[in-house]
Amino acid sequence: MNVPIVEIKNLSYAYEDKIALNDINLDIHEGAFLGLIGPNGGGKTTLIKLLLGLITPQQGSIRVFGQDIKQFKDANKIGFVSQKSNAFNRGFPATVKEVVATGLTAKVGYFKFFTKKDHQKVIEAIETVGMSEYINQNIGDLSGGQQQRIFIARAIVSDPKLLILDEPTVGIDTEHVQRFYQLLNKLNQENKITLLLVSHDIGTVTKYANGVACLNKVMHFHGGTNEFENISDQQLSQFYGHDLNLVTHHH
Amino acid sequence: MLSHFLQYEFLQNTFYTGLLIGLIGPLLGSFIVVRRLSLIADGLSHVTLAGIAFGLFVEKRFGLLFLTPFYYGTAFSVIGAILIERLRSVYHAFQELAIPIILSAGVGLSVIFISLAEGFNNDLYNYLFGSVSAVSRNDFYGILIIAFIVVSVLIIFYKELFMLSFDEEHAKVSGIHSERIHFLFIVLTALVISASIRIVGVLLVSALMTLPVAASIRIARGFKQTIIYSIVFGEISVIGGLISGYYLEIPPGGTIVMISILILLLTMSGKKLWLNMKRKKAIL
Ligand SMILES: Nc1ncnc2c1ncn2[C@@H]1O[C@H](COP(=O)(O)OP(=O)(O)OP(=O)(O)O)[C@@H](O)[C@H]1O
Ligand SMILES: [Mg+2]
Repeated sequence: MNVPIVEIKNLSYAYEDKIALNDINLDIHEGAFLGLIGPNGGGKTTLIKLLLGLITPQQGSIRVFGQDIKQFKDANKIGFVSQKSNAFNRGFPATVKEVVATGLTAKVGYFKFFTKKDHQKVIEAIETVGMSEYINQNIGDLSGGQQQRIFIARAIVSDPKLLILDEPTVGIDTEHVQRFYQLLNKLNQENKITLLLVSHDIGTVTKYANGVACLNKVMHFHGGTNEFENISDQQLSQFYGHDLNLVTHHH
Repeated sequence: MLSHFLQYEFLQNTFYTGLLIGLIGPLLGSFIVVRRLSLIADGLSHVTLAGIAFGLFVEKRFGLLFLTPFYYGTAFSVIGAILIERLRSVYHAFQELAIPIILSAGVGLSVIFISLAEGFNNDLYNYLFGSVSAVSRNDFYGILIIAFIVVSVLIIFYKELFMLSFDEEHAKVSGIHSERIHFLFIVLTALVISASIRIVGVLLVSALMTLPVAASIRIARGFKQTIIYSIVFGEISVIGGLISGYYLEIPPGGTIVMISILILLLTMSGKKLWLNMKRKKAIL
């Protein structure tokens, strides 16, 4: 483990007058599978938007792949599955294949067409998420969990080094959540993709991820899963404010 | 029935123009519909009318110039498109507000130029509902160039436009210049509208861009198929509408739109029947 692929230093961000992130420090090393947890409004999505360059930090610095975020142009190295992925227009007439191919659009570049090889990649990505039999279906006709898998295929088709997932398992039943995490594990282990996963499901995160970061405006905890397991429930409730009984911790 | 169209020059111009707009209207319309921008077409068509009225006014005042009103209409339409984009960024939270603003400005200007031009009132009917005999050779060449530009730009930027239409945030994150692509798209829309207006008329031009797509979406799988069916439906409507409009002496805007609606109804009921059959099969 050498230079971290994400380095966040003293980062603060406020929406107008409301501070969302306060003096955050976080490193993500290559090969990591980091679970990012925290209460609603804790700033997780904000942190991700900053990482993706959708908004710019007011204070502090972000470096990705050794480059300052403002100079960073190689967006293809980062795959992203949004919290709102399946808020798209369900009537949109696009097949699974067409949607996954958009993951290659930027990589292929302007004034160029998709090649046979690109199509092959699309097919492989769909295979990886186990959705081959739906390849020519309209995306709107799939279930929410299936759509989410398609969005993962779209995110990985360009061979990103870092995959960021913002609550990708919302609305997926428990059995599929398990399969989904196995898929993430596979991407992490076999495809060597570094993962940053936002989730509210602490039990499952600790089971699969190898690091945990707990964010509620400030970074309350960042460390290995083992250390995280040693934190008392009481401390954890403090991170969250109060109503932690909703989520399972030690299992 | 086609023979008149191939015989007389003025009908030839109309016929070939019809073929072109039957292609580019639904082609661009496919993107317009999925991006939920159908109303922009209406806004721009009224601005185009203002440009045409301005052109007629100039013609009346200063005699015939090389530029026909069609070219003034095109210029106004493109300027209107740019203004809509400006307004949309100013009223970020109320983006649809840009459309009534531009639309009413278009109608207001049209009224002013129409009355300044006088006499134009006789033609007004043709401009509103379309006409089979309104396309000159000169206009036809302009429309041919527009069609060429529209088709090439859409082919070249197809993958970016599709991505932007499906998921704007994803396009932005991936580093697509979404604002520039969107702008290009709006300018194309303006061009298609001005190209279509003589045949289908100001009031019905947006129908040519949306109705064939509405029918196509019912039955197509994927976006490419949606485009292909839309164009097929668009061509059927335009050709059928022009011929029937000519023989029945009805403005073609009306006949074209009614044929499009007929196609829409057919695809809707056809799809229902087909789904029922499939359901029965699935249950058995
Ligand atoms: N576009 C915005 N404008 C103003 N305030 C915002 C905006 N987006 C988020 N916020 C505020 O910033 C804070 C952090 O929001 P954020 O979306 O990052 O939380 P989150 O941790 O992702 O929550 P959740 O678990 O609900 O997804 C919240 O207080 C929220 O109200
Ligand atoms: Mg969030």
